[in-house]
Amino acid sequence: MALLELKNLVKDFGGLRAVNDITLHVKKGEIFGLIGPNGAGKTTIFNCMNSYYPITSGDILFKGKSIKGLKTYKICHLGIARTFQIVKPLARMTVLENVTAAAFCRIKKIKDAKEEAHKVLEFCNLTSEKDKLAKSLPIGGRKRLEIARTLATKPELLLLDETAAGLNPTELDEAIDLIIKIKDSGITILIIEHIMKVIMSISDRIHAINFGETIAEGTPREVAANPAVIEAYLGDDYA
Amino acid sequence: MNKKNGILVVLGIILLVFPLVVHSDYYQHLIIIAFIWVIIGSSWNLLAGYTGQVSFGHAIFFGIGAYTAGILAMKLGISAWWGMMFGGITAMLIGLFVGWVCFRLRGPYFALATLAGGEIFRLIATNWEALTEGMVGILIMQTFRSKLPYYYIGLALAASCIYVVHLTMKTKWGYYFVSIREDQDAAASLGINIVLYKNISLLISSFFTGMAGAFYMNYMGFIDPEVVFSLHFVSIMAILVGIVGGVATIWGPAVGAFVMVGLQETFRSAFFGLAPKWVSQGHALVFGLLVIFVIMFFANGIVGDWEKIKKIFFKTRETT
Repeated sequence: MALLELKNLVKDFGGLRAVNDITLHVKKGEIFGLIGPNGAGKTTIFNCMNSYYPITSGDILFKGKSIKGLKTYKICHLGIARTFQIVKPLARMTVLENVTAAAFCRIKKIKDAKEEAHKVLEFCNLTSEKDKLAKSLPIGGRKRLEIARTLATKPELLLLDETAAGLNPTELDEAIDLIIKIKDSGITILIIEHIMKVIMSISDRIHAINFGETIAEGTPREVAANPAVIEAYLGDDYA
Repeated sequence: MNKKNGILVVLGIILLVFPLVVHSDYYQHLIIIAFIWVIIGSSWNLLAGYTGQVSFGHAIFFGIGAYTAGILAMKLGISAWWGMMFGGITAMLIGLFVGWVCFRLRGPYFALATLAGGEIFRLIATNWEALTEGMVGILIMQTFRSKLPYYYIGLALAASCIYVVHLTMKTKWGYYFVSIREDQDAAASLGINIVLYKNISLLISSFFTGMAGAFYMNYMGFIDPEVVFSLHFVSIMAILVGIVGGVATIWGPAVGAFVMVGLQETFRSAFFGLAPKWVSQGHALVFGLLVIFVIMFFANGIVGDWEKIKKIFFKTRETT
């Protein structure tokens, strides 16, 4: 059984159909890539998945159960955590406090939550920054903090929204290492990414969309060779 | 940490001994009023400073607390001291309702909704004469002639309010409140039920503000809607106390309360009779200027920017 299932997901904004009839399955333990040109509807799908937007029709199943219409915080408690494309650090809290606040999702006692936060920071290579205010971190650190916070909620499924965007080449390699490390710890990952180096090297399967509709699905190699994908990215001269 | 505790102990002893040394009713009265502002300021700070839900309507809870105590005492003959508890609880129930309405809005819209809420409650208190006696106000017998008991009750209330805020901010709730202030959407995605925790913050805040209102009723013996539901004497003053003392700091509202009560009295009495009488009309203007000054130079208030203030004074001493 798939860990996450989107069934004919549709999302309208007034007269604009941003997501049209998307169906996909994410299996436990894999890294599943979601790609598409700008404005294809990738982030909208994420926003539907954690109930930031109500969905127009279709259904979202997590471990076989519908999560349609649940509140955002409940979805987190069920085990789906997400990062934001435009990072949302809790600016005037320290890095440690950011992660501790997230750790309370599973842990009641403040001492245990802090301990868990320390562990997660260690895992994400943020220990040296733990007493800094989140707003003082550079973009690379903020992206790491986004991931650290989601990990502190102990998710089964992690939704990463363009975690690698805006990083320099060294940071990019570190980000890839971190994502693989997260996968190895047993967390399933659904990732949106524009940087092909990242998405092609880590994904087990890729789902490509354009104008809110599915255009291809398969292994990275298959998708890269798919004429519809090439057309969407490079124009029909190359397809 | 030890130095800080030392300062606290010394301050505590000074406050405890003060009325025994200074027998003047006038100064005792000023400090009792300051205690009331410590409570309102700290409560406001919990909701606005820590949770980020800036209320322009804390007069709602102050007024409800005062009227609950007053009406119970006048109409039912229940001691106004019981009224302190009922005042807090009624203010909390009203807080639940205010939250239900206003928390649908965010940021400045929430602030405006609470502003409107304050005015609505003032008008209700003015016009529902059967219950509130309208503009005639409510007059009850004070229990004590001396100010001494009021002084110590006020001190105990203020201290426990600060202590509760301090404790709350050390728990999970504290982390959640600040997370909500910093980014509601991020907070929700981290598993925080933002509606629930905003309401918890509001309930604690309204409870203490209501207690302060009931205590005010007990102490002054007289209230009317223009005083306890006043926009600028209560709601705005609560914000001033918070901003001047230091938003989102434990001791900020306490410092702010004493500063603001001192300033208000200085102007009301036209610099203790030294300045011409028209000066007393100028206090609103000066409060406005003070807020501009604080926001421009000490945006975190006296407590929040204490290091900065110390540096400025240290430097000027060095150069002179």
